[in-house]
Parts: sequence; structure tokens; C-alpha cells
Amino acid sequence: MNVAPRIRTRTLGQVHVPTVTLSHGGGGKAMKDLIDDVFVRAFDSAVLAPLEDQARFDLSDLARHGDRLAFTTDSFVVDPLVFPGGDIGKLAVCGTVNDLAVGGARPLYLSCAVIVEEGVTIDLLRQIAGSMARTAAEAGVEIVTGDTKVVHRGACDKLFLTTTGIGVIREGVHLGVHLARDGDVVMVNGVLGDHGAAILCARGDMALATAIESDCAPLNGLIDALLAAAPGVRFLRDATRGGLATVLNEIAEASQVAIEIEERATPIREDVKAFCEILGLDPLYLANEGKIVVVAPPEEAEAALAALRRHPLGGCAAIVGRVHAGEPGRVTMRTVFGGRRIVDMLVGEQLPRIC
Amino acid sequence: MKYLDEFRDSAKASILVREIEALVASMDIADDKPLNIMEVCGGHTHSIFRYGVEGMLPKQIELVHGPGCPVCVLPMGRVDDCVAIAEQSHVIFTTFGDAMRVPGSKKSLLQAKADGADVRMVYSPMDALAIARANPTREVVFFGLGFETTTPSTALTILQAENDGVTNFSVFCNHITIVPTIKAILDSPDLRLDGFLGPGHVSMVIGTAPYEFIARVYRKPMVVAGFEPLDILQSIWMVVRQIKEGRAEIENQYARVVPEDGNAPALRAVSRVYELREFFEWRGLGSIDHSGVRLRDEYARFDAERKFAIPNVRVADPQSCQCGEVLKGAIKPWQCKVFGSACTPETPLGALMVSSEGACAAYYQYGGVKHHEAAE
Repeated sequence: MNVAPRIRTRTLGQVHVPTVTLSHGGGGKAMKDLIDDVFVRAFDSAVLAPLEDQARFDLSDLARHGDRLAFTTDSFVVDPLVFPGGDIGKLAVCGTVNDLAVGGARPLYLSCAVIVEEGVTIDLLRQIAGSMARTAAEAGVEIVTGDTKVVHRGACDKLFLTTTGIGVIREGVHLGVHLARDGDVVMVNGVLGDHGAAILCARGDMALATAIESDCAPLNGLIDALLAAAPGVRFLRDATRGGLATVLNEIAEASQVAIEIEERATPIREDVKAFCEILGLDPLYLANEGKIVVVAPPEEAEAALAALRRHPLGGCAAIVGRVHAGEPGRVTMRTVFGGRRIVDMLVGEQLPRIC
Repeated sequence: MKYLDEFRDSAKASILVREIEALVASMDIADDKPLNIMEVCGGHTHSIFRYGVEGMLPKQIELVHGPGCPVCVLPMGRVDDCVAIAEQSHVIFTTFGDAMRVPGSKKSLLQAKADGADVRMVYSPMDALAIARANPTREVVFFGLGFETTTPSTALTILQAENDGVTNFSVFCNHITIVPTIKAILDSPDLRLDGFLGPGHVSMVIGTAPYEFIARVYRKPMVVAGFEPLDILQSIWMVVRQIKEGRAEIENQYARVVPEDGNAPALRAVSRVYELREFFEWRGLGSIDHSGVRLRDEYARFDAERKFAIPNVRVADPQSCQCGEVLKGAIKPWQCKVFGSACTPETPLGALMVSSEGACAAYYQYGGVKHHEAAE
């Protein structure tokens, strides 16, 4: 890689005040000090360090990883900023890394755009930037460019992040939501609903004390192992907002197939189940930040499941259902009770029931 | 999960289904005249769809999804009143989550919130009282909603507010009562019901005695039922057995929760704080005598209806909407002219499409696999 020498050619600025003010967004020294002290220091990237207006990559370097670019973006507005199992920074890196990885891409570079409300503490920003840096290192990606805006109090809720990512898709890997076929096997890499339940608990509105933690994690390593063991996998998607139910509906619709899942086979932690029972929520629709839905051809199902289970992020992987040639677009569930019901898309967000 | 999985046991379920099948086989039930059993309570409707109970029953039994979803039966005019209160700048309006989406004639509380009203979701009226204590310069209004299941908690919160001298807290009372509503359904000329699953958690408060007239006067069997799927199957079996044996009685399947005499302290709190209204307007069913409660004069200072100027305008249900007929079991949700076309959970026209406990929304969301497959 000959993008830049891995030596700092200039002294990094320092912030000496406890909170962000509008002056940190003014484009002057205060802004440069904030960016240097909080972000450049944490991200410690040779590509970022020269602080050009753009990150620059060698095409030949990218081409070593595969034959197509993957490019994605995601914004993060989670409340609260710090929650059991993660924070907005970890989430912002994992979200974009996972969106690249489920396309069969090796995630390589991320950008990070920050919108911060005046009054947020510098310590909190440092904490979030540090979390982003650790997660990026864990995922093996670099944060190479960014932007910072400071807005008036009330113009945003403390801190919004947007990460954009570039990855390179391996040769021969062609995953697609339209590729599910009759007989294919549907699996997940572990327990469902932890992130959604953890966030709802952390908001404190429900006054429920639980030990539920977000499952937020970068999944590119797991997906590497999966695709190496089962190269015929048809489709992967991270089951974020809308949960497993939403992803299954997207597959059934795009592939014009039916899918039936087994409630008994769907892995959900006991405390997440209890949380959902109390509030009248359906865990199939709760968000995950470290779970993928895998559609694999039957002949590779065993290899795929074994590969998931061997990985630390797939220990509770399970086959949850099958694709079949029923009414195109329909997702059903065989309930623990022995009945069947339709699992449809959610209309809005789930709201706790009255009684 | 402890004490839940036991009530969802599929092996026990198939035994019960076989028992029900054997019962109906021994009765002379014409295919085009199945037994119509109404589950009064929205919680039952939710469980029936959630576990696919309907599809496990023989075709000689039809479940009719009754009016017991308090969110669904709230008339549009009352939602307009909520919005009018919530939009006053000094008000914090607190509500149960699933009431947020109920459409008024112009907007829902969710839309009012988007337009700037301070609308907050709470899980208990006590949470609303805590918000009032934390915001002494604001008026905190709790949207009191529900049958006898939730009425006592609102009453106790008002008593607590009185005891603590909280003056910036009030309740917009839309609590309703189940018995006059069941009576209104029984008096309806297009009624085609053979028996009832009685509401479990309402009965936990009021006991089973208030239902006696259903058996005595109307000669219909009722079984007060729990909410787990085995509870529901067993209760259906008990209703069918009564029909077969020519009995009409009030039986209690949910005895582990429902005492015959109800909950005396809860009932005392309710009668201390509330009195019956002469009538209350229901979405889909019209006005029903004595079917709602209001705060007594002694608690007027906690009554949002008296504390705030509210429009109090009656808004008619949309003409195309056939909720009333669905509620009474005269037609099935999907037989309504606007089901799934003009009326969907995104843009509900009728009451029953509003909450996941409403029969139409439950059909739309969870889909009765039975009826879908019949239609294919």
C-alpha cells in the first residue's frame, strides 16, 4: 500500500474544554483541534492522517480482494447512546461492516460523519470514537475519512453518526435475495431479539431491570468462514430493524417462494422471551445487530451450520425453517402449540399492548 | 419458560383437539351452521392468532372475535379530544403504547406527537404520576383506557395523587365496562352466537357473578378463560360440552387467577373514584347505556374532561365500515367490503383494524391460515 507513509507529518491539535460548543463547528482552529484530538487520534489511520478532503486508494490494492466493489451507507440515531453491550460508535461500525459482508464483500474502508449537538461532553465523544476504533480493529477495517458538524441544542438528539463503507466482493460469490429455491434451508447464527430488547430496556420507559445485552458485533469473520465452508449459499442478510420476520418476508417476496419456520427451532433467550411476554411484543420483529439470516441449498446446509457453530459468533446457530413452493411471498410459522400462523411484515413499529 | 411453556404444550393440545373433535362428532352440527363461539376479549383474539388455535379446530366450530379490545372500540371523537388536550403547550399527554396509532378524525396521537405535542408512552398510570411529580410546572394527563382490567390501576393512581397532594395530574377517562356490552351484543337482532369465552383478566377484578344473566336470561353458556393457548382450547371444549349437554352455565376455567368474587380492594377503589356514565359511545357498536365510567364529583380536580376545554364532538364511523357486524359475529372480517382494500392496519377505517387485538388487524397481520387456504 503506497497511499501515505505511516508517519505523522504534523502535530495533532488538542481540545481543552469539557463540552462541544458551536465554535467547534466553525471551521477554525477549535474544529481542527476537536477532529484531531477526538477522531484522528482514535482512528490512527495512515489514509486519514494527511487530512485531505478525501481518502485515496490504489485500485490495484482493492483488486487483490475480488472483482467488484460493494458500497453502502447507514445512519445511526440510537437512544440511548450507550447501552448494555455497546454504544452508537460500535453500532455504526458493525452496521456498515455487516451490510458489506452480507453481500459477500470483504469490508475494507469506512467513512464516519458526525452530527453533534452543542453541549455534548468531549469525554462522551472520546468514548464513542474509541469504541469505533476498537470495533474497526476487530473487524479489520480502517476509518479513513470523516466529517464533523455541530448543531444548535435541539437540532439533533445529542449525536448522530453516518458511516459509509467500501468493500470488495470475492470472485465467484453471487448472493441475492431473489435466489431462494424450493427446498432451501433457512438458518440464523444465534439467539434473536437481544438488541431490540436491550435498547427498549435501556431507555428505561418500561422500568424493567434485565441483564439483556445488545448482540452488536461485526460479522465479516463469521461470513468468511461460512462462505468458505458453503460456497453455494444463496443469500445472507443481517436481521436488523424488523427482525427475522421482515427478512423472511423480503426473501419470500423477491424469490417468489413460500417460507415456513418452526417456532420451536427459533433460538431466543429466556429473558428476551419473558421481556416480550410482559410487554406484548413479538421477538420475531425485534432488531438484531449481530445476527444474519442464511439461505443455503439443502446439500450445503449441514456444512453451513457447522461452520457457523464453529465461530464464536455462531455458537447458537440453528436451522429455523425451509423454503417451499407454497403461495409466493407467504411466510408462515408452525407454532410451539402445533398451530400455524402467517408471519407478515410489520406495518409500523411494535407498540406495547395495553393489557 | 417456567409456568408458560406448560400452557403451550403441543402434546396436550392435540389431546384436547381430539376431545373437541369427538364432542362435535357426537353432536348433529350442519356444515353450513357451525357453532359460533365468541371470545369477548382482545387478549384472547391475540393468543388465538399468535398460536394458530383457530386452524386446529374442527370446521364445525367458528370463533367470533368480540368487542373486547379497548383500543379498537374507542370512537374517533374521543381520540380528537385526546389530541386537543395533548396539543396544549403546557400539557404532557401520557398513554399506553397501542393507543398511539388509533386514528381520530384528523390525526392520531402519533401524528400529534410528530406535530410537536408532548406525547409520552407509559406502561402504567403510576409512571404518568411520576412524570407529573418530576414536571411540577406542566399539566400531566393520563389517557385512562380499558375495561375493568385497567380501571383499578387508574383509580388507585388517582387516590395516590390525592394522598400525595399532586395537583398537576389528571385522567382523561375512557374506561369501559364489559357486562353492558355483552348484553348489547346479546340483544342484537342479527346475533348468531352459541356461547362465549369470558374475559379472564376482567373477571379477575369483577368475579364471575356479573355474568349470571347470560346463562339465566339468554340461555348461553360462558366459560371464563385464561390467555395461554391450552387455556383457550380447554375453554372451547368446556363451552362445546355445555352445548352438547344442553346446559347454559357460567364456568371458570381460569380459576388459578379468577376468584369467583373478584378482587374486593380493586372494586372498592373503582367505586370510590368512578361512577357509571348514562351511556358511552363505542366505535362500531354505537352508544351503549351504562357502558362507561367517569370520575365522581369528589375527584373532579383529577378529571381532564373538566380541567380542559375539549371539543367533545361526536364523529360518525365511516359508512363503508362494517365493524359492528363483525363484532356481533354476523360477518367474518374478510367478508367486510373494505377489508384489506380501503381498510388496512396502515390506514385503518374501522375500529377492528387498529390494534393487533382487533379481529381485522389480527386477520390481516397474523392471517387465519385456515381462511386464507379456504379462499385459495
